[in-house]
Amino acid sequence: MFFLDHIWLIPLLPALGAAIMFFFGRKLQKATVSAVCVGAVAMAFVFACFAVWQYTGYAHDNPGKPFEKIAYTWMGTDTDHMNYVKRDGTLAPCHADAGFLLDPLSAIWLLFVTGVGTLIHIYSTGYMAHEGGYYRFFGYLNLFMFSMLTLILGNNYVLMFVGWEGVGLCSYLLIGFYFHRQSATTAANKAFIVNRIGDAGFLLGMFTIAWYFGSLRLTEITHMARSGHFAIGDPIITAATLLLFVGACGKSAQLPLYVWLPDAMEGPTPVSALIHAATMVTAGVYMVARSNALFVLAPGSMKTMAFIGAFTALFAASIALVQNDIKRVLAYSTVSQLGYMFLALGVGAFAAGAFHVFTHAFFKALLFLGAGSVIHAMSGEQDMRNMGDLHRRIPITHWTMFIATFAIAGIPPFAGFFSKDEILWQAWSSEGGAYRLLWLVGYGTALMTAFYMFRLMFLTFHGQARMSHEVEPHIHESPKSMTVPLIVLAICAVSAGWLGWPHSLGGSNRFEKFLEPVFAREAEVFQAEGKAAQLAAGRKEEEHTNPMEYFLMAFSIAAAVSGFGMAWKAYRDAGKGYEEPIAAATPQVYAVLLNKYYVDEAYDYAFTGRRKVKGVRLGVMGLGDASSWFDSHVIDGIVNGWGRTTRLFGTFSSWWDKWIIDGLLVNGPAILSRMLSYPLRLLQWGLVQWYALVMVIGLVGFVFYYAVR
Amino acid sequence: MNLHSVEMDRWSPIILTLVTFIPLAGALLLLSLPRRDRDIRVFSLVVTLFTFVLSLHLPVHLHRAQAGFQYELDRAWIPTPNIHYHLGVDGVSMWLVVLTTFLSPLCVLISWNSIHERVKEFFIILLVLETALIGVFVALDLFLFYFFWEATLIPMALLIGMYGHGRKVYAAVKFFMYTMIASVFMLAAILWLYAKVGSFDFVTIQNAIRNGQVANFTGAAQWLFLGFFIAFAVKVPLFPFHTWLPDAHVEAPTAGSVLLAGVLLKMGTYGMLRFNLGLFPDQARANAWWVMILALIGIVYGALVALVQPNMKKLIAYSSISHLGFVVLGIFTFTQAGLDGATFVMLAHGVSTGALFMLAGILYERRHTYEILEFGGLASSMPVYASFFLFVVLASVGLPLLNGFVGEFLVLSGAFQARAIYGILGATGIIWSAGYLLWMYQRVFYGKITHVVNETLPDLDPRERIALLPAAAAALVMGVAPLLWLNAIDPAVQTALAPFAQLASKVVGQ
Repeated sequence: MFFLDHIWLIPLLPALGAAIMFFFGRKLQKATVSAVCVGAVAMAFVFACFAVWQYTGYAHDNPGKPFEKIAYTWMGTDTDHMNYVKRDGTLAPCHADAGFLLDPLSAIWLLFVTGVGTLIHIYSTGYMAHEGGYYRFFGYLNLFMFSMLTLILGNNYVLMFVGWEGVGLCSYLLIGFYFHRQSATTAANKAFIVNRIGDAGFLLGMFTIAWYFGSLRLTEITHMARSGHFAIGDPIITAATLLLFVGACGKSAQLPLYVWLPDAMEGPTPVSALIHAATMVTAGVYMVARSNALFVLAPGSMKTMAFIGAFTALFAASIALVQNDIKRVLAYSTVSQLGYMFLALGVGAFAAGAFHVFTHAFFKALLFLGAGSVIHAMSGEQDMRNMGDLHRRIPITHWTMFIATFAIAGIPPFAGFFSKDEILWQAWSSEGGAYRLLWLVGYGTALMTAFYMFRLMFLTFHGQARMSHEVEPHIHESPKSMTVPLIVLAICAVSAGWLGWPHSLGGSNRFEKFLEPVFAREAEVFQAEGKAAQLAAGRKEEEHTNPMEYFLMAFSIAAAVSGFGMAWKAYRDAGKGYEEPIAAATPQVYAVLLNKYYVDEAYDYAFTGRRKVKGVRLGVMGLGDASSWFDSHVIDGIVNGWGRTTRLFGTFSSWWDKWIIDGLLVNGPAILSRMLSYPLRLLQWGLVQWYALVMVIGLVGFVFYYAVR
Repeated sequence: MNLHSVEMDRWSPIILTLVTFIPLAGALLLLSLPRRDRDIRVFSLVVTLFTFVLSLHLPVHLHRAQAGFQYELDRAWIPTPNIHYHLGVDGVSMWLVVLTTFLSPLCVLISWNSIHERVKEFFIILLVLETALIGVFVALDLFLFYFFWEATLIPMALLIGMYGHGRKVYAAVKFFMYTMIASVFMLAAILWLYAKVGSFDFVTIQNAIRNGQVANFTGAAQWLFLGFFIAFAVKVPLFPFHTWLPDAHVEAPTAGSVLLAGVLLKMGTYGMLRFNLGLFPDQARANAWWVMILALIGIVYGALVALVQPNMKKLIAYSSISHLGFVVLGIFTFTQAGLDGATFVMLAHGVSTGALFMLAGILYERRHTYEILEFGGLASSMPVYASFFLFVVLASVGLPLLNGFVGEFLVLSGAFQARAIYGILGATGIIWSAGYLLWMYQRVFYGKITHVVNETLPDLDPRERIALLPAAAAALVMGVAPLLWLNAIDPAVQTALAPFAQLASKVVGQ
């Protein structure tokens, strides 16, 4: 059990790589950087394979029991003294360990994250070969792997949150990798801050769970939630799951928090493939699937999730129809496919959602890497209007991308067909009635998906060459380090779906069987609820011999084919200044779609305040301006006013003292007596002549008086 | 509970006295040293480092499982009025002492070249300030506490007024007057208690209040609570008493800002924890609702104002108001998680905001401005500096595995337990902080270099790296292994919460 007992090494290996890059990367050769960073991830992959292999043995001995390994107590205290106050006023120990959990669900994520991660690391050694900041790029990439693996393996919500925020950080760092570009760093900030909104929801969801269950440990919560003590529709569990879903909306780019993901394409293309397509953005799906025991107790949250997912799928797919930037099309496609996954989770088909994550990881990573190979060949050009006719010049890229396109469009037997069809079938069969609308939305999205993907392929690889003459001679197929991962991923994009070959087509759906221990109980809950006949997980697969299923399957293949047909008709011969069919039909709709429904603009007016409404800033920055004015004028005004009043009072007191107290009351009598005594003083002048004069006058007076009398 | 149950080593009774007064002794020695600037700097560094090493004795030898004060020393000082020289720490104040001694050598290092006039006076003031700050956290006699409390004002005001820039005299006077006037209310409350109890001793007064031996206490309690509270609220500073802080920070020299944000503000929150909760639990509970609302306003309002500041240092100052709002919020939740978290935020904020101010100061040394618009694209010319800055920014926005997260998480979960809506409003704080700090970071470091001078700015020199590394390392260790701190904090918090537990159980009816 070496690998299971040392499972914490899986995230630690890439962390080590990142640390080496952080401290010494600047001085290392590119070859050393590649060796360390690719090596760390490849070792993590091998380690993960062995750990999962050992886990299957462990699971055989302990059926249905996840493997847990606690390294040390992280938050909390040794003595279990730090407590939560639970809802009923009792205390429960607050504990968040550095603990790791391996069960079928985390095993699947573990395998494809390390597997796809290794391929993308290899690809990056080719793609980034001529870029500056090589060590920085690989350091961030390794840090990302560490965070993602922590997220997957964490045995409690807090440690999951560590990975959750960590991947957000790496996303921020890598989107802003070209930090000289204003648009890149703005996109990076947008990603981090929008994600933080979701994170606040996740955090509050955690608090609600701790307050209600007195624990944050996943196995304990699952155990309690399944104990039967909690009613279905419990309002607090509904609140908690909705809050968790807010977090998922941020990380997995669902309405209304999806806005960061299209902008995230500012990052280098391998980053878009790894983080913004295959792995990080599926973290929300993972978190919800992890919390499945809670979500099944909250039908309200499930329905919200299903509708938001379905609507996001349609909304993003419609934007993707008209975008001209090859990466933007894929970005909106990712948002749309994530919507599918939440649709699956929302209708209770957790395993189907996880299955789509799994197949999507391969074909979407392949699409992005292929797009990167195209951009590489085109000397950085991303606008499909300036491409065309590349299929002969970069054949490997062309063929591998075509395989991925078949997969995403849902054409059998490529991977996407199985997972997408499973979701659509579950959406159709879960509830019936108005919820069939979910199927319709999903179906419309499938049609759009086929169209925009084949549009992308034809505009890029077929039609007439529309690139400039400077670019054209430099077009070349990418080096082996890039094409080999493409080929490996293409093999997976064909075959990954076969793991979930449905019973209705004579398969055994090993994928869902593997996940059964994680979700099986949910099927029972649904059964208890009475809606179960059609619902959810693997074990009811046997019932899927419903003729309706074959009909829907044929129907969705028809959608894929017609999407192909429409794109073929419109773009097969696209020359310079080709015509967009949607623009020709309804220019207004085209403008709205091209401008992504003006959502970014609306957010900038209403929420961020980056745009002014009639010269007035609204949103957060407007609030900031107002608060700042209030602070300096009102609050500080009162303080300074107080000070000034005191000084004024002081001045007045000093005046009062000088003129009234001292002047009027003290010096006043003095002046008065001086004035009154003035006449007397005249007599006492101290001038001898004066005295003599007075004496003479007096003498003369006397003499005169007596003389006259 | 008390000392007799614990085996003490022979250093224990005097260790606090040594830690407190060695910086002062250093200052006195400095007086007699000749004005050779380099020698003075080295000497100050040695003194502060020695104090730090000595202060590590406290966490190493602390009996963690044991509640109550440790390393106590109680000697009669003045017979009438009955003043004692009574020192002692618990898990909370001990870490605040260590925070002070940790930041002081960094302050010396960061002032190495930026202070070149009246160097001797500067370091004397700095050392005196250190003694006063430590004294506040170790004093258990209210008179002694008040003495140290006011003693911090003079060196800090001198630092701002003598070594600041811009409107330094205005800022120094504002700081001095504002916080001193507020402290007078505390003095009145202390004197009232002395008149009734006949002692300034914290433990004596606490016991007298608990046992109902204080005459007319019920009538006066609310006023006493407010008397202490107003002094602490201004120091924290709690909205709306905060406007002295941005001015003081903007004009203060770097070392002044580091100690001001790092330690001085914590005197207020420490005071709330020790005195408002310790002496007046009933009043604390009765007044908690509006205190928490003010704290929440502070969190959001401080962040909003920070968002639009054109001045880097002012931005950090307002972010402090926001962060300290978390501390006050945590303290007045009266939950273990809340108080543990509040104490942890105090320490984490001291380290990360201290580091932010050091970084801002390093930039000021090179460009003599804090205006964000003067910069842009610095990541190209100063890559190491940019990495340090980003690291500290991330610690400050509460990224998990760095120190900011642990405290914020615990505070918010405490607030949520106390009343869900407080937790919800507080949780928006994690969005705001990401907003203002990352936006500032983008404008300063990313993009192309817009001012020619910025192209040739030198990156960090070895001295600056040595000053920053301990802070960055502490931020990481505190985030990865918070247990080292929480294990000591928690018993102290439990003691502080004991009267509240009784109150709570009365309410719940257990």
